[in-house]
Amino acid sequence: MDADLKGPAIRFRGVTKRFPGTRTQAVDNLDLDIERGSIVALIGPSGCGKTTSLRMINRLIEPTSGLIEVEGTDVSSQPPVELRRGIGYVIQQVGLFPHRTIAANIATVPRSVGWDKARIDQRVAELAEVVGIEPSMLSRYPDELSGGQQQRVGVARALAADPPVLLMDEPFGAVDPIVRSRLQDELLELQDRLHKTIVLVTHDLDEAIKVGDRIALLNVGGVLEQYATPDELLRAPANDFVERFVGEGRSMRRLGLATVADLPYEAGPVVEASADVAAGLAVIDELRTDWLGLVDDDTFLGWIPREELVPGADLASLERFLPAAQVEPTSTLRSALEIIMTSRTSVAVISDNGRFRGTVTLERIRAGLAGDFDAPTEHAA
Amino acid sequence: MSMLLAARNPILRWSYFLEQWDRIQGAIFQHLQLTLMSVLLGFIISAGLAAIGLRYRWSIGPITLFAAFVYTIPSVAFFGVLRTTPLGLSVYTVLIPLTGFTLLILVTNILDGFRAVPASVKEAADAMGMTPMRRLFTVEVPVAVPYMINGLRIATVTIVGLVAVAGIVGYGGLGNLIMEGIRRQFWSPLTIGASLSILLAILLDLLYFLLGRWLTPWARTARS
Repeated sequence: MDADLKGPAIRFRGVTKRFPGTRTQAVDNLDLDIERGSIVALIGPSGCGKTTSLRMINRLIEPTSGLIEVEGTDVSSQPPVELRRGIGYVIQQVGLFPHRTIAANIATVPRSVGWDKARIDQRVAELAEVVGIEPSMLSRYPDELSGGQQQRVGVARALAADPPVLLMDEPFGAVDPIVRSRLQDELLELQDRLHKTIVLVTHDLDEAIKVGDRIALLNVGGVLEQYATPDELLRAPANDFVERFVGEGRSMRRLGLATVADLPYEAGPVVEASADVAAGLAVIDELRTDWLGLVDDDTFLGWIPREELVPGADLASLERFLPAAQVEPTSTLRSALEIIMTSRTSVAVISDNGRFRGTVTLERIRAGLAGDFDAPTEHAA
Repeated sequence: MSMLLAARNPILRWSYFLEQWDRIQGAIFQHLQLTLMSVLLGFIISAGLAAIGLRYRWSIGPITLFAAFVYTIPSVAFFGVLRTTPLGLSVYTVLIPLTGFTLLILVTNILDGFRAVPASVKEAADAMGMTPMRRLFTVEVPVAVPYMINGLRIATVTIVGLVAVAGIVGYGGLGNLIMEGIRRQFWSPLTIGASLSILLAILLDLLYFLLGRWLTPWARTARS
């Protein structure tokens, strides 16, 4: 395969699929570029052609017209059997072979392509570790495993011959919410190490937001309504359909996506420990709060309540209250909000490896979600 | 009176068993041979019919109907009618009906076996780049095996019983002994024929059970 390493890993060009005997298209003139090493979530209401689009990539379904390229090669020019051996595939019902041991299931594609036994054994052991399957389970049969374990084996089987592309059709749809969340986390950890190109079909917007680098939102009849990063999709829905689909709770969802670093930092009601009481009072009067923060150079020392700020007192010697938790620049706005809600000062302190960077308030978060700081934010190092 | 009769015609006269051992042995052998041949032939034909049924779905109805029709023919009549044809009293007179009786059980079980392969398993096999032939022989057939063994088990036990009926035309293994006992109002051959027939059925059933466990270790380990 001539890998065109500069272009997208998967490219849809004018792809249309109409099933025999139906009037409307399942997929309508789809153009989509899927960047190498990224996770793209296909989402939309039922009948939007998300699964059809996925299955056209490995030719389980043939398009009516249009072009699909994987790693720069037109898939229709490759024999399906060979094409599929180079593309991992994971489905909701897992579809493990019940009569084969876990090890033999994982070894399916390597065996098909004729690896020798030693290489297969080594690869199986390696993958079991990657997806978190105990070595003792390898000699068991699928029916002996829990749903979550089966899905891990399904992922290992898909990864066996190290395909650059992984297709996942509602991979976590059949497991309970706690296991689902853990499997999603594991997928993200896996992706950090493996950098596969992953196309994932889901009907769960939270899942798409959590695992997707980009989300392709499809409408009934296979129309692509918006293709954007999760944050963009929530912040700037392209049209009414997208807005209705992402619907209620857009701001709440964005809290889990945007980070503290997305906001411009502000100093807040904080002064140097060497300042005098009058200066401190002036700062908290202006910001209308009842707590004054003290910093010494780059270190946050703690909070002092307004009642303590009597004229003539020495700021540095007053009793200080340390915040129970601080946020990092990489923390989500959700965790910043959590700290604001639970602290008496209503302010979260930003600390970058112990160095004071500023504070976050409820008003800042609100303004951030409202798009007041949409211009890229720069922070002094 | 009846006491006297029982004394002269006991349920089983042990000396008869010893004297007739060669004949009994031959009857057992014939019984086993007829059973295994008809089940084997029936399985080959049923596999072919099932393959046609899976390839052309519309044919499943007619195939099942045909097999069910054969199954409803009274066995005594079937043997009797074939006896009057040029086949006369040959192994075919017995083997053809016996084979016919296995079809319904075997065809339905084989079809059930293939239908029991989950769609997700077939989809996964395709997506892993298996050719249709490879998928059939390395995935679908093995997954259908427990159903096939189950069909063979029921068919075999049924046929062991039906071979005995073929004693009516004098070609029925242990059935010949049973018929002799009935004709002569003499219990010993009847008892021997009937109990050995039952014993044979139980032994074959056990063999299938063991074969199933050996062939499908994965099917018994399922969490319950």
